[in-house]
Amino acid sequence: MSVAEKKTRIIEPDTLIGKRIRKMDAPEKASGKTRYIHDINLSGQLHGKILRSERIHALIKSIDVSAARALSGVHVVITAVDVPDQRPIGVARDHFPLKVGRVRSERDEIAAVAAETEEIAEAALKLIKVVYEDLPVISNPEDAIKPGAALIHPEPHGADGSHEHLKQGTTIAHKGKPDNVAMTFDYAHGDVVQGEAESDVVIEDTFRLHYVTHCCMGVSGMIAEFDASGNLLMYSNTQVPFLHKREFAEYLNIDPARIRIIQPPIGGGFGSKLDIYPFEVICLYLARTAKRPVKMLFTREEEFLASPTRQPVLLTLRSGCKKDGTLTFRQVHTLHDNGAYTSWGATTPFVMMQTFSSLYRVPNCDYHTAAVYTNNPYAGSFRGYGNLQATFAIEQHMDMLAEKIGMDPLEFRMKNAQDAGEITGQGMSFKSCGFKDCLTTAAQRSDYSRKVQENKANRDKPGNIKRGIGMASMLHVGGGAKIYPSDGCGTILKMDDFANVTLITGASEIGQGSETVLSQLVCEELGLPISAITVVNNDTAITPWDVGVHASRTTFIAGNSAIGAAKKAKAKILAVAAKKFECAESDLDLRGGFVIKAASGEVVIELSKLLRNLHFQDKAELVMTTFYYEPPSVHQDKGFKGDVSAAYAWGTQVVEVEVDTDTGRVRMTRVTGAHDVGRVLNRLGIEGQIEGGVVMGQGYALTEELLIENGVMQNPNFRDYKLVTAPEIPEMDIAFIESMDGEGPQGAKGVGEAPAICVAAATANAICNATGVRMFELPFTPEKVYRALHGQTPKRYWTPWKAE
Amino acid sequence: MSLKHDIEFTLNGIKRQVSVDVTMNALAMLRDVIGLTGTKYGCGEGECGACTIQVDGVSLNSCLMFAVDCDGRNVTTIEGLANDTTADALRDAFVEHGAVQCGFCTPGMIMQADHMVKSECCNDTDSIKRGIEGNLCRCTGYKKIVDAIAAVSGAQT
Repeated sequence: MSVAEKKTRIIEPDTLIGKRIRKMDAPEKASGKTRYIHDINLSGQLHGKILRSERIHALIKSIDVSAARALSGVHVVITAVDVPDQRPIGVARDHFPLKVGRVRSERDEIAAVAAETEEIAEAALKLIKVVYEDLPVISNPEDAIKPGAALIHPEPHGADGSHEHLKQGTTIAHKGKPDNVAMTFDYAHGDVVQGEAESDVVIEDTFRLHYVTHCCMGVSGMIAEFDASGNLLMYSNTQVPFLHKREFAEYLNIDPARIRIIQPPIGGGFGSKLDIYPFEVICLYLARTAKRPVKMLFTREEEFLASPTRQPVLLTLRSGCKKDGTLTFRQVHTLHDNGAYTSWGATTPFVMMQTFSSLYRVPNCDYHTAAVYTNNPYAGSFRGYGNLQATFAIEQHMDMLAEKIGMDPLEFRMKNAQDAGEITGQGMSFKSCGFKDCLTTAAQRSDYSRKVQENKANRDKPGNIKRGIGMASMLHVGGGAKIYPSDGCGTILKMDDFANVTLITGASEIGQGSETVLSQLVCEELGLPISAITVVNNDTAITPWDVGVHASRTTFIAGNSAIGAAKKAKAKILAVAAKKFECAESDLDLRGGFVIKAASGEVVIELSKLLRNLHFQDKAELVMTTFYYEPPSVHQDKGFKGDVSAAYAWGTQVVEVEVDTDTGRVRMTRVTGAHDVGRVLNRLGIEGQIEGGVVMGQGYALTEELLIENGVMQNPNFRDYKLVTAPEIPEMDIAFIESMDGEGPQGAKGVGEAPAICVAAATANAICNATGVRMFELPFTPEKVYRALHGQTPKRYWTPWKAE
Repeated sequence: MSLKHDIEFTLNGIKRQVSVDVTMNALAMLRDVIGLTGTKYGCGEGECGACTIQVDGVSLNSCLMFAVDCDGRNVTTIEGLANDTTADALRDAFVEHGAVQCGFCTPGMIMQADHMVKSECCNDTDSIKRGIEGNLCRCTGYKKIVDAIAAVSGAQT
């Protein structure tokens, strides 16, 4: 062999981190080949449909399903009477899937049909006769909380068989409430009375946040099938498959091990699929009774009526500061419209209080809140989880306080902004914190300080178009969230004899790109191209446990878990290679599909060749590792003190608008964002998350509103519920602050929810900068803005309700 | 139960006959009768564009078209663009530019974009934005979709 032929091959270092990596599922999706739940049909499948209430609040006097049952093609018709083993569902276990004796909102489920076709099922619904006795409707939380208000959940329905529809001993849905309060939270640090006494300036305002909903492009649906032994297979859009497995087992009174959940690709989540909703349990009942697979899909109208919403909030904020710009105290009261039942929306104060207590340094803070039952749609979790509402008030007050003391709003924020190393009054510990960098970067890139002055000076000049610029910042969990006893995620990693990796992760892909980011992290460790990996992430019978896709946690938690598994695999491989080539493991590394010498990059052996050798020697699965990652955060105490996340994400957004004072129309022209994301992993993916979040925030600020009048939804369609369309999007300039979190996977923190949080608050500040008029109520529709500009919106006062 | 009607039309280049309910829309025919599921149901009332197809070379919402009106027409769905140069370029651009997240709106977007590019009506980003005004996307904020279409149409960005 000549010298030239023996020439060694060097593999140069390369990285996948921070690159623009194509989303792995994008080619299938762009070809129309991806099979969403809507596209899956099982042989023998029936179609399920639900009869919803025709009244808002009423007693159900009788239900006659005989004509529906007699219709040709109808297999099963059920009402509460037919499922005596129904158990109460939801976050507070306060309603039955099929309502018993009483309906409390427009969406309420009364009966369900499984039939040969959707058309037959719909025809059957029309044949069901329900006799109601109307009750007074409570359509706003201010009325609901008044003493003597009619009660939404007055009686124990079904306790000890007291209700005709329930078996003896059945768990009761709801013990009944002496008032309409569904949930309360109280938080305090420091002493707000003393804080107020030390203040040079004190302001108080009441803000009103509205109903919006997720509007996932793919409507809700599921398919349920029981096998011959009674094991349940579900095709579900859930964001929390493992929690749901346990919960469905409870509702069916079976062992969770008998439930398997497969998650087909999902047409949007945004938090809408964190709770179990009545239709899912009803679909199980239909399948159980029919002994056939049952598929249930919503229509778009049903999606509006029966999906969760973001929670409407009435928020009174009292804040103060000293002349030198030091914040002194913050006192907050919120009243949440819970709707008729309790879902995750009721717990959003848990997140809101983090913003109140810890976005800025506030020495004294207290917060009291109540979520109250009304006959409105019930609110769930939605990207940002209360933080949009909290930030809307806080960041307007930051501008207002700055104005009062004559300080530049940026300088005022910088003075009170958190730093790395800080432990807040609530006990949150900021290990990495790029907040000040976010503030200065967003301000510089948007030329904020100059434009603020310029716009103000131009306010009174002639012309109907006024320009405005406004800023808002946010703090959100970025390293998981200790909401459940565990916040972990499991990973199984398998390597075959061609050096291809199968990554089996508990983390669900919901369009956000987690499967691509996890692949990147694994391939980075193992020195492989992305093309070498296959991800399995959608089947509870295969994947290890994960708490679910929520709280911007997947990249951080599942990412660390995947890295852990990859590191174990790498250690095994290097141990084998070191033995084979008689060197130390530390002398070797993996790069470009080869085992290389760590110091020089010189190729030692092709990885696939090494693995094949292993195969023939051991006759075992080549390399298989498992790993579980639980972030180093602890549960908060009963007063909500302590850390809730291993890392926190920060961001500042500057919004620029043009306000037409003749029409009240607000055009969002530009959004400049600076986000502390720890580190950029997939640049393409993270840009997409931010841009999408900004435009979702734009909809929240300007166009979207579910109009509920006396409990009736007025606009359950895309014609009247206005989503932002392409021509309306602002120019977007997004900067990333890389604070390199010590706990984060490759330094990264969560980002999923962050970009939607600040937009409405910054828009309010921008409108004020343009016109001098402050807006306390969302959304900023032309009508609302026009009225405000013409002094026709009286300032709102609300005497906060206080818990006894 | 209801009246059926036999129609014949060209679907993705292949002639076919199908018997459809007279009240059925083209979307339901494509998905439920013929079994092509690339065309998506988003709203059923022409507001979201997820069900966009092309009929005689023009894009439209298949949920607003009666199935029987496909009779004698030339219908193209996302599946029918599998070997089309423009559509290939669009698919690649959507992937390359990160224009796909949950992907539910994507087939409709590409059907619309394909029609826009082929009819040379997207010379700048404003006309691209207007062109996809009838296609809703909840994930991406549209920017990367506009970028992807611009990359194929050669529009100034």
